Amino acid sequence: MGFFLEVLIGGLLAGVLYSLVALGFVLIFKASGVFNFAQGAMVLFAALALVRFLEVLPLPLAFLAAALVMVLLAVAIERLVLRPLVNQEPIILFMATIGVTFFIDGFGQTLFGSDVYPLNIGLPKDPTFILEGTFDGGILVNQFDVVAAITAGVLVAGLAIFFQKTRIGRALRAVADDHQAAQSVGIPLNHIWIVVWTVAGIVALVAGTIWGSALGVQFSIALVALKALPVLILGGLTSVPGAIIGGLIIGGGEKLAEVFLGPILGGGIENWFAYMLALAILLIRPQGLFGEKIIERV
Amino acid sequence: MFYREAGQFKTSYAADQAIFPIAQDRWFVWGVLALAAIAVPMVASEYLYRAILIPFLILSLAAIGLNILVGYCGQISLGSGAFMAVGAYAAYNFAIRVPELNLLVVFLLSGGVAALVGVLFGIPSLRIKGFYLAVATLAAQFFIDWLFIRVKWFTNYTSSGSVNAPKIEMLGFAFDTPTKLYLLTLAIVALGALVAKNLTRARIGRSWMAIRDMDIAAEIIGIRPLVAKLSAFAVSSFFCGVAGALWAFIHLGSWEPAAFDINRSFTLLFMVIIGGLGSILGCFLGAAFILIVPLALNQLPALMGMPISTALAAHLEAMIFGALIVFFLIVEPHGLARLWSIAKEKLRIWPFPH
Amino acid sequence: MIKRSLLLAAAAAGAMWTTGALAQANEQFIPALVYRTGPYAPNGIPFANGFADYLNLVNNRDGGINGVKITFEECETGYATDRGVECYERLKGKGPTGAAAFSPLSTGITFALIEKAPTDKIPIITMGYGRSETVDGAVFPWIFPYLGTYWDAADILVKYITEKSGGSLKGKKVALVYHDSPFGKEPIPVLQALSKNLGFEFEALPVTHPGVEQKATWLKVRQSRPDYVLMWGWGVMNSTAIKEAAAVNYPRDKIFGVWWSGAEPDVRPAEGGAKGYSAAALQHGAGTYNVHADIVKHVYDKGQGAGKKDEVGEVLYNRGMVNAMLTVEGIRAAQGKYGKKPLTGEQVRWGLENLAITNDQLKQLGMEGLMRPLQVSCQDHAGAHFGRVQQWDGKNWAFVSDYIQADQGLLGPMIKAAAQKYAEEKKITPGCLQGP
Repeated sequence: MGFFLEVLIGGLLAGVLYSLVALGFVLIFKASGVFNFAQGAMVLFAALALVRFLEVLPLPLAFLAAALVMVLLAVAIERLVLRPLVNQEPIILFMATIGVTFFIDGFGQTLFGSDVYPLNIGLPKDPTFILEGTFDGGILVNQFDVVAAITAGVLVAGLAIFFQKTRIGRALRAVADDHQAAQSVGIPLNHIWIVVWTVAGIVALVAGTIWGSALGVQFSIALVALKALPVLILGGLTSVPGAIIGGLIIGGGEKLAEVFLGPILGGGIENWFAYMLALAILLIRPQGLFGEKIIERV
Repeated sequence: MFYREAGQFKTSYAADQAIFPIAQDRWFVWGVLALAAIAVPMVASEYLYRAILIPFLILSLAAIGLNILVGYCGQISLGSGAFMAVGAYAAYNFAIRVPELNLLVVFLLSGGVAALVGVLFGIPSLRIKGFYLAVATLAAQFFIDWLFIRVKWFTNYTSSGSVNAPKIEMLGFAFDTPTKLYLLTLAIVALGALVAKNLTRARIGRSWMAIRDMDIAAEIIGIRPLVAKLSAFAVSSFFCGVAGALWAFIHLGSWEPAAFDINRSFTLLFMVIIGGLGSILGCFLGAAFILIVPLALNQLPALMGMPISTALAAHLEAMIFGALIVFFLIVEPHGLARLWSIAKEKLRIWPFPH
Repeated sequence: MIKRSLLLAAAAAGAMWTTGALAQANEQFIPALVYRTGPYAPNGIPFANGFADYLNLVNNRDGGINGVKITFEECETGYATDRGVECYERLKGKGPTGAAAFSPLSTGITFALIEKAPTDKIPIITMGYGRSETVDGAVFPWIFPYLGTYWDAADILVKYITEKSGGSLKGKKVALVYHDSPFGKEPIPVLQALSKNLGFEFEALPVTHPGVEQKATWLKVRQSRPDYVLMWGWGVMNSTAIKEAAAVNYPRDKIFGVWWSGAEPDVRPAEGGAKGYSAAALQHGAGTYNVHADIVKHVYDKGQGAGKKDEVGEVLYNRGMVNAMLTVEGIRAAQGKYGKKPLTGEQVRWGLENLAITNDQLKQLGMEGLMRPLQVSCQDHAGAHFGRVQQWDGKNWAFVSDYIQADQGLLGPMIKAAAQKYAEEKKITPGCLQGP
């Protein structure tokens, strides 16, 4: 039982790490209807910027500098990619973000190098053991995961407040609802998109910091986006709480499957199990758990 | 002036229903085929065959398969690499376990197996739509990746899990030179493209396009979504499966499951979108673009005499490739095929302005 | 007027071309398949640097191989099989006599090239990786798994942990955390055979590519509590494994990696957490020897260094360097038979198959202490089956064992059986190739 809880807790916390990446996807899809394939590359780019700035600046300044870089990236993307492609079909915009992915991959590695850079910002990495009285040996919980989960929680809370209470947040929700109606009441779409991509960039920076601390900043971080995709579709492409809940379900589910179901099937089932789980739930709720129901009109 | 229909009278229904109604188009296509079959073997080097022409043809066939699903039927699929893998391993198992079979029969059977698997993984499309379906098809991709690594029967119990294709020979005739392999691939792909073009012009193709455009309206007028969607998955997977078998047997020779991983799926999707959704010609153009542009960009600095490190060359290649994708999408969102058809339109009234 | 200047330009170009062609005549082309970008770049870059630096050293210090200058060209594969095949096709005909030998540094590309090499008659050197059965030169005349294969590595590591266990592994539990790919699966048959022979329990735990997700794997390790964990990873999987092991408090000094899991990029990201982790060494480890001083003097001081000077002597740098050295010495051996001129792939193959490096030669090359003598033959394309074990102390790699030899009594029959199976599948009649 103790081991089951250990795996479950480990899985839930790992799932929160995925939702950090999924949040970026959700933000952009919510506000501009674009499935931003470049989110993984943005996470890598932000992490690379941070780790290289850390070589010359103290942490708070390096973080700000990296955030500034993400702002510039957002402005560039909006200007060069989104504005000329306004009103195109979603799959064309998706393809454009793929082009952006290639560009950011090459650009980031040209600017910042291809080595692996350890990122150490003081996050604790040691395991702790809780509930030692109840279970023999205690349940292993990694402090790093807990810190990451708390960060994600703070981020989600901050985003929720941002969306609900501020003027820009309201404007973002209006744009997400209906682009044309928002435009007709005078909300400047271009500015909104820059804001959204910037916020997604900051979210990517936070995700990159956490993942970079976990793995070291290197190219493979961009591949983490593939793990965030089942979280995304499970929670719904347009729902921020859905990203968190989806992350918890996918993270917990896949770790439990790997540890308990895996040995029967030979192991290594984590990857596809996450997708199968998301697929199974989509068959019941085709727009994900919290996604907006697509109303089709003939 | 040269490209016009004036004076071409069709006197039979068959002539009216031709794929290329305008005679100049027919001559052009025959010309391209003649060039590919006769002129190219006279001048091509081995590098051109093995690194450019053969991969181009095989990936075009796979792109045709994916275009049927994404472009004609509107179901976004990211699992095409998995269907190629199914075709490749099915062909391997048929060739190893039933050595008497003609290789063409092996390829067709492997396509059939891939079609069955495609139908199975296409069932979610009856309920899920759009990007949700795209990500759901990744389940097929990762599951099949895992299956071929884990289940040793598929790889004939080799210790490493890598397999080698047997020699390519049919009826005693061995295809051992690059020219012969190229001509074989050209024949198969040309035939496949013809079949695909005719399928898309037939009733089943129109039902796919109806589902793509407005699936509820299509259902109302009597097109059964189950039949249309699953047949699209089946036909698409058939083409991808045959392409996968060709890729494994003719291009790679020895492969592991990673040869058909998610990067392959994404590459095919890029080809289809850049080339033009809903266009068979677009598959060829997209495959040429995605295959050749990175190679050209890689070799360009060396050819221009600028010595830059391989790492920087690789990064520049990625950056320029990404920028080109965005550029082409801005210039023509409907892909290179649309640019081609606009060119033909303008050619019809050339040299007059309107 | 214009016509005359055009004619002059054409003549000048023609003259340059002919003199260029003549000047190229006395050069041996060595291709380098590298990956300096992509997920495996941190491991690929030092290897490529070591390879390039050694070839430059031979040119600058010795004037080439017996006067034949080496030209080499890098081609970026990104560890992808189809890019590797494309690079192979592009480079195989370069140079006056074609490519001398390829070193793919990727198991996927190796498998594809094993099929192509016999037709194109170009040898492939797969130093410490690739297919284990290619040791049998009668079935695989064109493939050279120099210094050892994964089966050797498995046996060497098991021998080491047997010794560490006080001479017997009976009743103990050994787990293998491996990259779920042909590379990672290679050692499993050997480990299963050894577990039967030596009486230990063997558990195989696959990690899906690319290996950033290992939490579940190490929780399983935590639960099953093996006495030792062997690790078969590459790239980010290595550093992630060490970090996850630290996260579940599995003692790092019980983890032993294969020689591709024991380099600086694998342990540095984990920082303090990697202390005590050990890995097999493909004879050489980290450290600078006489040859490194030569490289600094003849290559870096001339501004031709491929990487950073303080990375000279790292584990993977040394591996690339040894790979280049074996290529060069193979060509030199072939020149002994065919003359001191640029050689074709077939001729180089003969040289690689008859390569022998004695202790004196190692001393001359400046590599004394870096590796042991080598004797390649048709029956044994590896030339040597030795390895050592090195341990990371937080700052450096240090050897914790002497040379251990892999047991050919156990591995020999397995190699023969696997090679036989390949020969039957491909309808090849085994036989040692004589040189051209």
